[in-house]
Amino acid sequence: MSFPEAQPPALLEAVSLSCRRGPVRLFHGLTLTAAGGEAVCLRGPNGSGKTTLLRCLAGLTRLDAGEVRWSGRPITDEDCAFRESLAFVGHLPAVKDDLTAEENLDFALKLRGVHVTDGQRRAALEQVGLGRRLTLPARRLSAGQRRRVGLARLALDPARLWLLDEPLTALDDEGQQLFRDLLAAHLSSGGVCVAATHHPLAPAGGHAREVWLA
Amino acid sequence: MNGNATAASGSFAGAIAWSVSRDLRLALRHPDETLLTVAFFALVASLFPLAIGPEPQLLARIGPGIIWVAALLAAFLALPSLFAGDYADGTLEQMVLSPHPSFGWALGKALGHWLVTGLPLVILSPLIGLQFGLPPDALLVQALSLALGTPLLSLLGGACAALSLGARGGGTLLAVLALPLFVPVLIFGSGATEAQATGIPPEAHLSLLAAGLLLALVAVPFAIVAALKIAVD
Repeated sequence: MSFPEAQPPALLEAVSLSCRRGPVRLFHGLTLTAAGGEAVCLRGPNGSGKTTLLRCLAGLTRLDAGEVRWSGRPITDEDCAFRESLAFVGHLPAVKDDLTAEENLDFALKLRGVHVTDGQRRAALEQVGLGRRLTLPARRLSAGQRRRVGLARLALDPARLWLLDEPLTALDDEGQQLFRDLLAAHLSSGGVCVAATHHPLAPAGGHAREVWLA
Repeated sequence: MNGNATAASGSFAGAIAWSVSRDLRLALRHPDETLLTVAFFALVASLFPLAIGPEPQLLARIGPGIIWVAALLAAFLALPSLFAGDYADGTLEQMVLSPHPSFGWALGKALGHWLVTGLPLVILSPLIGLQFGLPPDALLVQALSLALGTPLLSLLGGACAALSLGARGGGTLLAVLALPLFVPVLIFGSGATEAQATGIPPEAHLSLLAAGLLLALVAVPFAIVAALKIAVD
């Protein structure tokens, strides 16, 4: 499928972003836009600023110059509307060792202000292959299984903007396919995804634009 | 994906409920760490009467001060880990990016700290006070001053824990930051019981503690959020 010349309005706009960390200038004058249904891959060698750019887009890291806009409005510190539409998955899984997979998912969704039923939560955990490990403390889960708890969160989160840091890390082939299916569903419902990754991220039947950082 | 059309929405109550319920559940998973605070308080405050010996007048004189010092140190014990876990596993980023008002979850974190470390001390304090031979009305004032003072310690300590987060030697920094802020609370807290014991109405001390608590409830969560945002930057 292709839509020749049909330019949907950009949901996420980052205009001439600059950021330096100490003496290192990570990026300067970087501009990036993404419309609904679009996936953007941030590519580049280690230390090129992929994670920092992602955190700048989320509003976690302060920019030296430039502006990030969501739905045409610049994001600010107290912008609850922007944060309601944002699902951020950093390189840390945000999974508590002492809580079970189900409790972790429950608290993660409550923190996002998303209300789901117990049935939906279990179904999502089963969908990501954790159906038999609902009551196991997360300290007994492998790194990939922790990532899968994050996938279940993405599956239930109605956020329109996904900002993902290395989403495929620690996932096996099946897990990666699971992620691509989730991504395809997210994009087809008009969502936006920006991911920092070393692996190509093309979802099934779609393509991802790539932005290279030097 | 699963037809979940409900949009995310943040609320103040949701933020407090999230912080408190999660921190209480984590505390229950580690009853040993939770009891450590209470055990520390009870031990320190009980060792003094044993060490000083049976001199009722002296014990009643120094009792309120010792109970307050023990409560202050006990509240300090759990401070370094208040945000450290959330910082290390990435939950803190999620909290900062949550659509809930940040004031809510920051207040909830301090409230959770108080429920686990402060409230048990308030309940236990009359028992400890008996060991020092404090009269019943002094025991009541003691519990009241702790009920007003320990939440204040949790709030001030929470701000210091947030400020020292991620710094090398954070523990030392935390002590240097927090202990001076705790001193006024200590003075008015132990002053209340002492005033009562010497026949002066303790209202002035208690009012000052209550005023401090109200001020801290409104102002400190903002400081906690600002400090945490710097920590995750």
